[in-house]
Amino acid sequence: MAETRFMTINMGPQHPATHGVLRLVLELDGEVIVKAVPHIGHLHRGVEKLAESKTYHQVIPLTDRLDYTNAMGNNLAYVLAVEKLLGIEVPERAQCLRVMMAELQRIAAHLIWLGTHALDIGAMTLLFYNFREREDILRIFEEVAGGRLTPTYLRIGGVSKDLPDGMGEKIRSFVEAFPARMKEYETLLTKNVIWLQRTKDVGIISKEDVINWGVTGPTLRGSGVKWDVRKAVPYSGYETFDFDIPTGSIGDVYDRYTVRLREMEWSNSIVKQALDRLPKGPVLASDPHVVLPAKEDVQKDIAALIRQFKIASEGFYPPRGEVYASVESAKGELGFYIVSDGSNHPFRVRIRPPSFLNLSALPKMVEGRLIADVISIIGSIDIVLGEIDR
Amino acid sequence: MVDIHPAVRKLQEAFPALTLDVKVFREEVSVTVPRKEILEICRFLYTDPDLQYQFLTDLCGLDFFPEHPRFEVVYLLTSMRKNQRLRLKAKVEEGESVSSVESVWKAANWLEREVYDLFGIPFEKHPDLRRILLWDGFEGHPLRKDYPVEGPDFDKPFVPEV
Repeated sequence: MAETRFMTINMGPQHPATHGVLRLVLELDGEVIVKAVPHIGHLHRGVEKLAESKTYHQVIPLTDRLDYTNAMGNNLAYVLAVEKLLGIEVPERAQCLRVMMAELQRIAAHLIWLGTHALDIGAMTLLFYNFREREDILRIFEEVAGGRLTPTYLRIGGVSKDLPDGMGEKIRSFVEAFPARMKEYETLLTKNVIWLQRTKDVGIISKEDVINWGVTGPTLRGSGVKWDVRKAVPYSGYETFDFDIPTGSIGDVYDRYTVRLREMEWSNSIVKQALDRLPKGPVLASDPHVVLPAKEDVQKDIAALIRQFKIASEGFYPPRGEVYASVESAKGELGFYIVSDGSNHPFRVRIRPPSFLNLSALPKMVEGRLIADVISIIGSIDIVLGEIDR
Repeated sequence: MVDIHPAVRKLQEAFPALTLDVKVFREEVSVTVPRKEILEICRFLYTDPDLQYQFLTDLCGLDFFPEHPRFEVVYLLTSMRKNQRLRLKAKVEEGESVSSVESVWKAANWLEREVYDLFGIPFEKHPDLRRILLWDGFEGHPLRKDYPVEGPDFDKPFVPEV
């Protein structure tokens, strides 16, 4: 009898289908994976350490660079935590704008996922369609916030500025055109035989396992767990919006695919609802110790100038305590755990990265599968290494 | 005690000998428990039918240098059935180790590795305790408060050996 020998191969960190700098060491028995060991950390920038030496306002731009496909969502999670720590109320218009931007961002993030996921499996056409729509969203962000990928739009106490004139119509025309675009994507994939063969019954993970591995987001819901932070612990007024949580049944790649597609439709509907109801009023809270004054006031009023200088250079002093606030980002539950010692710097900023925990369950999904399935499984859990490595 | 969090009450009933330090801030409940009992407590919170903390949301470290005990390990638990959250904390002195809760939640596997990597707190009976974000030869634990933000060697020229 011949002895069995496993072959070890290295995948990444410079591999286009690992979505960044993920390195996998795969042990193979023929073409079947016996063991998969992910190696991460190639993009580690020490964001948590850096945040400890910054004032609370200065941490916001760092959060954009975590999951760089979901900057608005990252901003939101961080400012929610700081607002909870301070105990300040955010005006209704700002909350509505936050929801609108977070949902547009979710659509943009899911579009990148869809395009790259399909590209990995070989369906190249879709990527061009997805980036066409994503470009529309990034143009909206650019006009609203000044930045495309890293808008840093949210502020502690609200958002940095109100929508520019005519923006409402631009967002509305996007929202109205998007359902037809969704149909285009679906024609290409949903009933495509090759797509079905590559995704159906691949990378199955059970309900019990996803919960035990700490997996969140579409991957959790794909396995049939109806859990979404927007519904479970509502923030920014999500409880007043009408939307559903799509779930899958068996937790394979195809289920995660359909969950994300339905999520995009719901996000589109939430943006529309937010547009319809957008209340009038200020976009920043009026707490003078925390919130930066309006730019026009700084140029005219000495008191506002002093306030601007003091908050920008010294920051503010929140009470001692610790808070955890989380949002449903495109990848899953993104949480910020902030410990304050009463000084103007956070004592500790802990980021609960959804992709980190989602990736930790990857070996569970790929072991026993073929090597070609690794590509579609990595694509289906939608990781972003900027967030995993922080 | 002001607190009426069901998990705290249940915990006190199940472990009458323990002194639990309960803090409530912004409606979030944190319970400091003895380091040695952490695995027992976690298993109880996981299995108790009225609590069912089956989801480990987060696990992280805190460094209170130069206080003693120096570290805290923080566990954020979520019960999806009851939609409740609970924060557990265990104080750890430098050189001491904590029991791994990997046997309760698989999610703890990578999270504990991260705490070990960035704080240098070892976890007992962890199946695979290696550095995770930094490379194996790295010296020091960057999230400790006595570790400089710029790194210890930022002003020294880097000359690779050839």
